[in-house]
Amino acid sequence: MSKVSFLNPLNSMNLRQKTLLLIVIIVLVLITIFISSYSIDTTNMVTNFALRNQAPSFEHLFGTDWLGRDMFSRTIKGLGLSIMIGAIASILSSFVAMIMAFISSINKYGDLVMSWLIDFFSSIPHLLLLIMISLCLGKGAWGVIIGVAFTHWTSLARVLRVEIKEINTSEFVNLARKLGKGNLWVAKEHILPLVVTQIVVGTLLIFPHAIMHEASITFLGFGLSPHEPAIGIILSESMKYLTMGDWWLAFFPGAALLVVVLLFDILGEEIEKLLDPTKAQK
Amino acid sequence: MYLNANNISFSYRKNKPILKNISISIPDNKVIGLMGDSGSGKSTLCKVISGYLNNYTGTITIDNELIDKTGYCPAQLIFQHPEKTMNPKWKMHKVLSESWNPPQELKDTFGLKEGWMNRWPSELSGGELQRFSILRALNPNTKFIIADEISTMLDTVTQVQIWDSLIDYCKKNKIGILAVSHDKELLEVIADNIVLFNDINKL
Ligand SMILES: Nc1ncnc2c1ncn2[C@@H]1O[C@H](COP(=O)(O)OP(=O)(O)O)[C@@H](O)[C@H]1O
Ligand SMILES: [Mg+2]
Repeated sequence: MSKVSFLNPLNSMNLRQKTLLLIVIIVLVLITIFISSYSIDTTNMVTNFALRNQAPSFEHLFGTDWLGRDMFSRTIKGLGLSIMIGAIASILSSFVAMIMAFISSINKYGDLVMSWLIDFFSSIPHLLLLIMISLCLGKGAWGVIIGVAFTHWTSLARVLRVEIKEINTSEFVNLARKLGKGNLWVAKEHILPLVVTQIVVGTLLIFPHAIMHEASITFLGFGLSPHEPAIGIILSESMKYLTMGDWWLAFFPGAALLVVVLLFDILGEEIEKLLDPTKAQK
Repeated sequence: MYLNANNISFSYRKNKPILKNISISIPDNKVIGLMGDSGSGKSTLCKVISGYLNNYTGTITIDNELIDKTGYCPAQLIFQHPEKTMNPKWKMHKVLSESWNPPQELKDTFGLKEGWMNRWPSELSGGELQRFSILRALNPNTKFIIADEISTMLDTVTQVQIWDSLIDYCKKNKIGILAVSHDKELLEVIADNIVLFNDINKL
């Protein structure tokens, strides 16, 4: 036992430090992907028929496509775009959730309308609503972003609504009001600090959904335009070549996308553990 | 100055009245003890008087003027369970200063240790938290203290000590006290008059 912990520094760390380490590693990986997608050398992404349809090698880690473009560079570019769209969509989505939760806390009519809206939006299949919104907004990145934002605010809004209601009826808020404190004080000093964890974690947990939805509706042709270096575009283009045995065209971009999605998922859970230690013990 | 509750009736659910036409008067220079069995409605009356419950009939006045429902309430309630009256994510100095910043000697009188100020509510005992909630209620705008079983979690010696400090402060500052308890012996020591809840709560 003691020998193992001597050899392995991870064993001597407590749970909190391990969580923190994991978070830092994931964030670094994601930032590296994002930055390299903008700084990557694009010369190997131009059409070069001499290099077409090459299987993965040390020169071209993910192989090349039917135009001789390096698939590794294309994948990194695509991931960068996914992260960017995911970030904007998640943050926008949380904003919608916060506004909705705020409206429902004003009075019982606001609450009634809001619970109805939450039920309504969560009863429609996400993909269907997303495609409709995206189509209405003329496809493109903003169509996807707004589509994701307006389909994914419900779960966070539901959590916030319950939480705010509970805080608003708590004895410490009632007492603050008897001390003459107004709505602004209660919102800023009591409610916000108590729900900030949920907001941060909620935003992070929308991320993987945003990325997957963007890729899937782009794949289906309702999302980003074919000129964009998106993973969804890469995957749908690759379909034609899969039957010819060029498996790497879809495999690596798809797997990379799943890894990024998974990283965001783990990140959300680990940050929740860090900010709310009572949940970590479960 | 007098706080008068006149003909107060209240029920949580229809046809189950808890308070039945209660009238009680609290002068600003006295400690009125209110005694009654548990479950009889003492805490409910305290909440009505200090503005925490609204759907009652009757009036609550200070010197014949209705208490303003917004702003600082001159009748401050001290709860039986202090831990629920404090934001769990606030340190104790913030909990206290939400009401006011009492002078150091007053903190000493109520036994607030300097080291407690930077702790979270979960890091103090019920008795320690209760000292904070008592001091928090002594804001200079307070005219009446409604003390609802505030010393049940304290040992007898501390109980006497805290009540002495509280009564001393209130007599000096002309703050009236309604002291609610089921403990006859305690009320006999601290109260100027004792009112039996069952005597005032009947039609
Ligand atoms: N929020 C509430 N909703 C419904 N009934 C309540 C509520 N609070 C108290 N009661 C009921 O009102 C009665 C009086 O309670 P309470 O005022 O706490 O009595 P006491 O303080 O004298 O022990 C009890 O029967 C209790 O069950
Ligand atoms: Mg009670």
